Amino acid sequence: MLEKILIANRGEIALRILRACKELGITTVAVHSKVDSALKHVKLADQAICIGPNPSPQSYLNVPAIISAMEVTGSNGVHPGYGFLAENADFAEQVEKSGFVFIGPTADTIRVMGDKVAAIQAMKSAGVPTVPGSDGPLSEDESSLREIAKKIGYPVIIKAAAGGGGRGMRVVEDEDSLINAISITKTEATAAFGDGTVYMEKFLQNPRHVEVQVLADGQGHAIHLGDRDCSLQRRHQKVLEEAPAPGIPEDARRAVFESCVNACIQINYRGAGTFEFLYEDGHFYFIEMNTRVQVEHPVSEMITGIDIVKEQLLIASGQTLSFKQDDVIFRGHSFECRINAEDPINFMPQPGTIEAYHAPGGNGVRVDSHIYNGYTVPPNYDSLIGKVITYGHNRDAALARMRIALDEMVIDGIKTNIDLHEELVRDKAFQAGGVNIHYLEKKLGL
Amino acid sequence: MDIRKVKKLIELLEESNLNELEITEGDDSVRISRGVNAANYSSPIAPAITPQAPAQMVQQVSSDAVEPSSDSDAAEGHKVNSPMVGTFYSAPAPGSPVFVSVGQTVSSGDVLCIIEAMKMMNQIEADKSGTIGAILAEDGEPVEFDQPLFTII
Repeated sequence: MLEKILIANRGEIALRILRACKELGITTVAVHSKVDSALKHVKLADQAICIGPNPSPQSYLNVPAIISAMEVTGSNGVHPGYGFLAENADFAEQVEKSGFVFIGPTADTIRVMGDKVAAIQAMKSAGVPTVPGSDGPLSEDESSLREIAKKIGYPVIIKAAAGGGGRGMRVVEDEDSLINAISITKTEATAAFGDGTVYMEKFLQNPRHVEVQVLADGQGHAIHLGDRDCSLQRRHQKVLEEAPAPGIPEDARRAVFESCVNACIQINYRGAGTFEFLYEDGHFYFIEMNTRVQVEHPVSEMITGIDIVKEQLLIASGQTLSFKQDDVIFRGHSFECRINAEDPINFMPQPGTIEAYHAPGGNGVRVDSHIYNGYTVPPNYDSLIGKVITYGHNRDAALARMRIALDEMVIDGIKTNIDLHEELVRDKAFQAGGVNIHYLEKKLGL
Repeated sequence: MDIRKVKKLIELLEESNLNELEITEGDDSVRISRGVNAANYSSPIAPAITPQAPAQMVQQVSSDAVEPSSDSDAAEGHKVNSPMVGTFYSAPAPGSPVFVSVGQTVSSGDVLCIIEAMKMMNQIEADKSGTIGAILAEDGEPVEFDQPLFTII
C-alpha cells in the first residue's frame, strides 16, 4: 500500500482524493498555489506545501515544483486528479523516472490515448465500434480527401488528432467547403496543440453522449462499472450527468461493455478509465478514451457501490482487482449536477466570497464540494465549486431527490448555476430521458 | 495519550534543533511543530488495510503555508522569499563556509543560498543591496514557494 501520496490538484477532486487516502490510512501531502492555501483539503491534509503563484502554469502545471515537493516530503506517489497534468504523458514519465508512482496508467498508454488517431486505431483492433471515418490522418491529396468524404457521407467533421474534449473540430456540410475546412482546421490545430495532424469522421446529427467506466489493474484483469449519459452539455462542457444511460437496448449495451473490457485487457490498461461514445439509433461509436478519473465518477459509484478513487489507490499500490465483473451489482439510478460559480445569463465565471453556504442532505443525497462559509472562489481556475449527486431506486426517484436537494441548497454571495439545474430537472424532455447532445444549447437558445 | 508524555516531547523538541516531531502509538498520534500550535492531538480511525506499527518516531519538517513561524513574524526589513519548492542549503557544499551570515553586507546579485530541486542546485541571489538582518531557513530544510529565507536591511 502506498504510504504517502501527493495530491497534484485542487478544489473538489483534491478533497475527494484526500478522503479516499484517509480511508486507506495513506498520509497526504497537499500542494497548492498561494491563493489556494484556503482550500478545504489543504487544511485537512497531513502536510501542505505552497508550490507557486496563482497562475496554473506556475503552480498546478509546474512539473519541477510538483516533483520537487514529492522529494522533500518523501511521498511515494502522486494522484493527478482530472485536468491539469492528469493526462500529461511526459509528467507521468518524469514521475516514474524519478522513482515515484503515478496513480494512473503508464505514460505510453496516456500517449496513445492522447493521440486521437492512434486511440481510434487501437480501439478498432480491439473490436470497439468506431465512427466511420478516414481511419488515419488526412493527406494533402485533394482528390483522395474528396473520395474519403464521399465514402463516409456528408456531413463530415474534421478533427485534430492532438485535440479532444471538443477542441479543434469543424463540421463540413458539403464538398465545396471541404478543402478549405481541412486546411483551416490544420492551421488551428498547429497553433493550439503544436500538431497539425487531422482526421475525418462521419458527423452524427443527433447523438447522445454515452460513456463507459472501466477499472483495470494492469495485471490482466478489467471490469466495467456500467455507462453514464452526459448529453446535457454546453460548449462541450458537461452540465448534468446520469447513470445508467436511459433507454438503451440491453444487447447493444452488453456488446459495448464487453468490447471496452476486451480493449482494456488488450492494451493492458491500468487504473480507472472512461470510453466515450456517441450513441445514435442503437449504435455506439467510439470517439475517445479518458485515462483519468472523471468529474462525473460519483454517479457510477452510487449505482455500483464501488469507490472508484479508492480502487485507483489500490491498483497503484500494485494490488490486483479484488472483485470480478459478477461481483458488481447495478442498482438504481443516479444524477449529478455540476454547480459552477458562473453568471446564469452569460455563463462567465464569477469568482467571489461565499457569504452563506448550506448543503442539502438526506437519504440518497451526496455533495462533493470543497466550499464552505466564507470561502473565496479565486478567479484563476475553472468555475466548478461542487457536485450534487442523488441516488434513487429508479430514475424518477433519483430525479425527484435532485429537485428537493437543489431546493434546499443555498450559496449566497456569488452567482451560481443552481437555477439552471432547477430548470433542467423539471424539463419535460429531460424527465422523459434520452435527450441528445444539442438539446441544452437549443433550450438555451444558443 | 498521557499528557506527561506530551510535555516530555515538547521539551525534547525545544532542546533539539528539530522543527517537528510526530509519534504514533497504536491508534494515537501526536505531531508537535516548532513555532506553530504547541501540540496537535489526533486519534485517527485505524486504517483498513495495514495494521499500525508500535510506537515509532518520524522526523518531518512542517511546511504549512497557513501559519508562518514566529521567527519571520518578528523579522524586519526586505524579505527574500523562496522562488521554488526544494531544499535550502546555506553553503555551496557540505563543510564549506556559508554563503552569508547575519550582519554581512551584500550587493544585489550576490548568491545568498542554494535551493536544490530535482537534483539541480539553484543559486538564489539577493535582489537588493544591504545587510543580512536574519536567516529564516535552516540548512537542509525543505522550503516552499514564497517562504521567507532572509531579510536584508
